[in-house]
This record gives sequence, structure tokens and C-alpha cells, in this order.
Amino acid sequence: MRSYSALKVLREGLRGHTGWQPLWRSPEPQTNYDVIIIGGGGHGLATAYYLAKNHNVRRIAVIEKGWLGGGNTGRNTTIIRSNYFYPESTRLYDLSVRLYENLAREINYNVMFSQRGMLVLSHSEAEMEIAARTVNAMQLNGADAELLDARDVQKKAPILNFRDDARYPIHGAIWQGRAGTARHDAVAWGYARAADELGVDIIQNCEVTGFSIQGGRCNGVETTKGKIHADRVGVAVAGHSSVLAEMGGYTLPIHSYALQAFVTEAVKPVMDTVAFSPMTGSYFSQSDKGGLVIGGALDRIPSYAQRGNTPMQETVLSGIIEMAPALAKVKLLRHWAGNVDVSPDSSPLIGPSGTDGIYVNCGWGTGGFKAIPAGGYLFAHLLATGSHHEISRPFDLDRFSTGRMLDEAAGSGIAH
Amino acid sequence: MQSFPCPFCGPRDEREFHFAGEADKIRPDTTQTISDAEWADYLFNLKNSRGPTREIWVHTPCQEYFVMERDTATMDVIGAHSLRKDIA
Repeated sequence: MRSYSALKVLREGLRGHTGWQPLWRSPEPQTNYDVIIIGGGGHGLATAYYLAKNHNVRRIAVIEKGWLGGGNTGRNTTIIRSNYFYPESTRLYDLSVRLYENLAREINYNVMFSQRGMLVLSHSEAEMEIAARTVNAMQLNGADAELLDARDVQKKAPILNFRDDARYPIHGAIWQGRAGTARHDAVAWGYARAADELGVDIIQNCEVTGFSIQGGRCNGVETTKGKIHADRVGVAVAGHSSVLAEMGGYTLPIHSYALQAFVTEAVKPVMDTVAFSPMTGSYFSQSDKGGLVIGGALDRIPSYAQRGNTPMQETVLSGIIEMAPALAKVKLLRHWAGNVDVSPDSSPLIGPSGTDGIYVNCGWGTGGFKAIPAGGYLFAHLLATGSHHEISRPFDLDRFSTGRMLDEAAGSGIAH
Repeated sequence: MQSFPCPFCGPRDEREFHFAGEADKIRPDTTQTISDAEWADYLFNLKNSRGPTREIWVHTPCQEYFVMERDTATMDVIGAHSLRKDIA
């Protein structure tokens, strides 16, 4: 009924774009739902969509304190990849890449997933050895990976620094060809539209102020729009996970940090892939509008401030100039930060929270965007059945007391 | 660039400091039997409060560990004091 097609775009073009409809309803909350999802970002909306579609749960509410995708989903640098070291991580992130590959068709919404590939650069012979190990691990785990030498890298990204006197000379790179970028807002909006079509109530500008807990069991949430009941509550709020944990009476091993990102003025096409240098901790790609999208490591200081601080700006931007000196005079257009939730082993937390009836999906750190489809898919499975999908089982919170941690800080190439 | 106060050296560049953990975390008494869950709780779980917090920081040049009170939402530093009871 509301599906998009080339014909419809043409027709609306001729009619002056007067026939488009809102992508989702804005209903008032009902008093009872089967499942409430807190957090209207990518993970929350994807969870609602897969709950309705794969598990046939009928009454679902997504509660968002601001606007859809106004948190980390709208603030990240849009990279999608599955270049991890452990089999558990690759299964998780590769599920995500595979879901992304078919997402635009599945939800009839162009998320602009562009599999332009990603380079993780090596700057010494020792790093090349580690890169070879990572490539082997990725291939054994079933993800695509290739080891490139400096000449191959130069063919793919001639703008990088190949001078003889480079401070960090490029010896080669890990290449994942299926990695890429997508339009981040479109991912949130596409999932919202698809979930809404399946009857999910998306309630914006509604803040959760507490949980209703009786006899140790959660039976709903208190919000600025009144009390809402549900037997199961899923929390997918990224950087603010600890704030909700305090309300819900459970504890999480989460640190919140600001993660900064930068966009430059639009320039002619200079970069058609993603390049990341673990040595400087900086990476960049070029958006469809021409701006260079730049990211780096976490701030040094734990915080909830959604703005960056200067030491990390210096580190990230000097890293970019080292990687591609030709970009030194390109002007920055915007700079911002999101709050990310960092876990002790750099792997996400999916599972029961410790308070009956509350489930958490958090700890994605700096890499939540690439995991949106898988995070939603697995969290929906958990909320619908009350038990783990085999892919999410290793990411349960119990890994900290059993000692089966998945320390991905090194495998993923960046501390997160 | 923000300046942070070291109780010994006074206000210094924030890059001289390292975050070392949340303050007031009490180590379980390991002369008694404790469960894996209790030990994991001590090692990993955090309050991670939004707003005023008490944290342990170290000033790298003088190697002094101290308590810093900060607001994690506004980034304001409220105060800093030594962990030592008597300062000679």
C-alpha cells in the first residue's frame, strides 16, 4: 500500500511531491503491551521489527525519550564490517552484514548500504604478521578477508601516504570487501516504517522515569506519559544503559564515554573505500555528498557529555593528516560526539538483566551501528522466547562470572 | 583543553591524568569464601552515574592517586582530595 517504487518516485516527481505519507504513526501509548522496548534507536526499532515479523508478537511499544535515531544512530560514522577475531564475534557481526545486504529490499526502504570495502592498514613488518593472523582467523570463521601488500593498497586508495619519508609507512592492509557504509538515519527510519506497518506503536518524546517492580518482577514502566504495563521490557539505550540499570535495580559492567566524529566540507571524490589506521586510531571514508567522515578512538575521560574534548580531536585529526597528507587543508564542517557504552571485554551484552522481566541489549561500545540488524534480530529472539539464540548465548552477562569473556579489543582493531 | 586539579601539584593539563576507577568500591574479604558472582560484581560492575560522581584518578607526573569529584554530564570538576589520611 505504502510501498516505494521507481514508478511512485516518478509520479510524485510530476505531482510536486504532494502524495507522500508519514512513515510511521504517532500514537498515544496504550496501558498494556506484550513487550515494551526502551530506546528508539537502531537497535530498539530493529528489535521491534523482528519481534513483530519473526515472532508474531502483536502488541509492541517502542518508547523513545527524544526522537527516533536522535542518539548514537544519528551520530556514528556509518561503517559496517565484520572483521573480528573470535568465532563468536564473527558469527554475530557477519549475521549483521548479511542482514544489511538484504535490508533495503526486505523493508522496502533504501538504506544506501554500499559495500565499498574497508582497509585496516599495517605500518610495519610486525603488524603485517598480526594482519596475516587476523586474515586467517577471519577466513576460518567464514568472513571474507584478504591480505594486501602496499601496492594493492595504493591501487585501492591512492590518496593515502605512500611517501618514503612517511612517519607510519604503509606495508599492507587487511581488506574486507563486503564491509562498507550505509545511511544511518535511513536505517532507523526504515526499521521504524517497517515496524509501524506491522502494528508496532512508536512513542516519541516519552521518557521512562522508572520501572514498576512487584515482588522482584518487572511488570511495566513509568513514563512521562503515564504508566505502561508489559510482562517483558527490553532496554536498548546504549550510553544511558547504566542510568536505566539504576532505576531497574540491576548493575552492569558498563562505562560511558564520549566518542567523537567529524565531517569535512564536500570535496571531489578522493576515496571510494574506508581506511583505518590502528596506529593512529583514525579512520575515514567519503560520504555520498562528498564530505569526508572521520572517526577515531574514545575520549580518555568517562562522561555523559554529548560533546567531545580537545585532546582526542588533536589525536584523531593529526592521524588523518598522517594517513593522507593531501587532506591537511580540507576544512571541518561539523564535529560532534555520542555517548557509547563500553564493556570490559569490548563485546556487547545481550541477555536477562538480573531483574526478572527486564532484558538488556547494550555494551556495543563504538560499534553499535554495524550491529543493528543482528542486535535487533537476536534481542527479538530473546524477548519472544525468553531464551538465547545460539549466536547471542556467548554474549550473556554471565560471562563475567564464568570467565568466558570475548576480549575483542585487539581483534576488532580499535579499543571499544 | 580542560585543567584538572592535582591535590599536590595544583591545576594541570587534563592529559597528565588517568582515570583509575570508581571511588568507594569495597573489595570483598577474600579470607572468607566468596561466590564467583560476588567477585565478578566487584571486578566489573559499575555505578557509572550520570551527574556528580566520585572517582579515583592518578596524576601521571607525580604518581599520586587521589579522589576527584566531577559531574559526568557537564564535565565540571567539583573537587579533588588526597587518599592519604595525613599529609606530611
